[in-house]
Amino acid sequence: MAKTLFDKVWDNHVVDYIPNGPSIIYIDKHLIHEVTSPQAFAGLNNRNIKVYRPDRTVATADHNVPTIDQHLPIKETLSRNQVETLTKNCKEHNIDLFGLGHKYQGIVHVIGPELGITQPGMTIVCGDSHTSTHGAFGSIAFGIGTSEVEMVLSTQCILQNKPKKMLIKIDGELNNGVYSKDIILYIISKISASGGTGYFVEYSGSAIQSLSMEARMTICNMSIEMGARGGIIAPDDITFEYIKGKKFAPKGDEFEESVRSWKKLKSDNGAKYDKILEFEASDIEPMITYGTNPGMGIKINESIPEKSLNSSNESYNKSLKYMGLSIGDQLLNKKIDYVFIGSCTNSRIEDLRIASNLIKGKKKADHVNAWVIPGSKSVEKVAIDEGLDQIFKNAGFEFRQPGCSACLAMNEDKIPKEKYCISTSNRNFEGRQGPGARTFLASPATAALSAINGFITDIRNN
Amino acid sequence: MEKFKQFDSTIMPLNIENIDTDQIIPARFLKAITRDGFGDNLFRDWRYDSNNKLIKDFELNRIQNNSKILLAGRNFGCGSSREHAAWAIYDYGYRVVVSSFFADIFKNNALNNGLLVIQLDEEKIKHIFEKVNKDLNILFNVNLKNQTFSSYDGDLKETFEINEYNKTCLINGYDNIDYLLSQKEKILNFESRNEK
Ligand code: SF4
Repeated sequence: MAKTLFDKVWDNHVVDYIPNGPSIIYIDKHLIHEVTSPQAFAGLNNRNIKVYRPDRTVATADHNVPTIDQHLPIKETLSRNQVETLTKNCKEHNIDLFGLGHKYQGIVHVIGPELGITQPGMTIVCGDSHTSTHGAFGSIAFGIGTSEVEMVLSTQCILQNKPKKMLIKIDGELNNGVYSKDIILYIISKISASGGTGYFVEYSGSAIQSLSMEARMTICNMSIEMGARGGIIAPDDITFEYIKGKKFAPKGDEFEESVRSWKKLKSDNGAKYDKILEFEASDIEPMITYGTNPGMGIKINESIPEKSLNSSNESYNKSLKYMGLSIGDQLLNKKIDYVFIGSCTNSRIEDLRIASNLIKGKKKADHVNAWVIPGSKSVEKVAIDEGLDQIFKNAGFEFRQPGCSACLAMNEDKIPKEKYCISTSNRNFEGRQGPGARTFLASPATAALSAINGFITDIRNN
Repeated sequence: MEKFKQFDSTIMPLNIENIDTDQIIPARFLKAITRDGFGDNLFRDWRYDSNNKLIKDFELNRIQNNSKILLAGRNFGCGSSREHAAWAIYDYGYRVVVSSFFADIFKNNALNNGLLVIQLDEEKIKHIFEKVNKDLNILFNVNLKNQTFSSYDGDLKETFEINEYNKTCLINGYDNIDYLLSQKEKILNFESRNEK
């Protein structure tokens, strides 16, 4: 029977089927971090068992780390304790840890791919919903809760019901000034923040195939923002080229052999999906969100609509009130206070190149605080080697150290109450970037140029 | 996990859609390394203002009915995978969340912690909201064994879906990890088939 890419990878990992229940799925790579793992390790310790496959587990500290002075002990007691607990657990259980100060440290979904840990055909999980990022390589990757982290630590398996399958096809050529962030914000605005719930999404079509790996990761990353379990893209030459030579990728003959088997990872002709959506690349323009869920997005030159999909008037008005906006308002030229370029959605080297290229030789507006947080130590290093950090600094941006930072505002990097922030991250939820913070999600290009002007800017007019 | 027993309770109505896990428990409260005490910060920024003063008209402050059932708008639990959200809801005292639509990860997290999720049609949910808003004292019964959710005034008797495996685990308080550990042989076989 014709199978989808998702079916192929899934079926390869079924250890057993429980009648009238979930399947037991084997996990190839388990990524862990300081925030969602301590209770899972405590569970193992209570049972007096060790991590079953430490060789399939990789750890980093990212969610709750400071982005300045990382060489100093973390000031805040609770955060320090959480990071130290991770270090202790990794030591006790023999797990590779890329902790603070390590040259591979970084946001978990940035380091997996750039170190070659993420490979086509794998199953990958992590106690973080944006694990969907790794699907860009043709792997099944999804976020899990702490109980599930404990399952994987203790048995390298997880219990999962097989999700339904959706195909999102985007054909055609992308317009000028449109980045992969715009593509995914556009899709989510069309199907709402819950339009993908229950599904695993495969992205295909010529517009997707034309994208670099980093751009594909941005798309898969935000699959969760339409409620989908994850996103997946069939691996191709762009994928293999990206993986080649990466630290933990197969080498030499082994690499060639892997590529031969990776090439089989695509959906068969006639494979069945539960839902198929098609979009035209030419319809997509630079996007921005105006509300408090990622489905509330518009083209940057549109005004705020009367309502949004799958939202009652009450919830919609509550959301606009939180944002200090009204129906009919234009976002273009709206004054902003903060710019955040970072997060596992848009903090890779390509993102920093795009942003720095646009602002080279310019100065940010005086009233704007602009932060650039590279996704990892490796990204930071390349940025410094290429002199991008200087471009940002000369423009008045702060170039900080790697971590999740204001994406979730667990550390000190918080957007103050009622301040407007253009953010390249993935969530505009109430309070996500700090209590009362007001977030506009956009591409790194839009964010960077808006920092220069001090107001929301259509990059096509610059 | 505690065994899930049938019970009667009033309902806490929270008529908001897309309640995400950042709302349920904001990130700044995720710094603990144990599972306890998250209930104190459930819906923190809706319950308290920035000066830690109670926001009186928020449902959980306005309605004091010791309910074990949280009724919420569509797409409950979207966003972050933080299981702390399920812990917070459970710790606060809820044993069931009823909505027309749940985010996938939240659903798993809830069931893994003995918190039942009941999904009903949008129209039904609307009807229950109307009912409860008229009379907050109406008692409801949750019976997992029969998979029923009903009101004592006789107006409502719904059946809900749950798969057999999850149901058995909840009713008996079984633990998934015990189950997986008992499957070690199958896992070893899988590994020897797939690892050269
Ligand atoms: S950057 Fe944000 S979304 Fe990505 S892993 Fe960190 S907290 Fe999660």
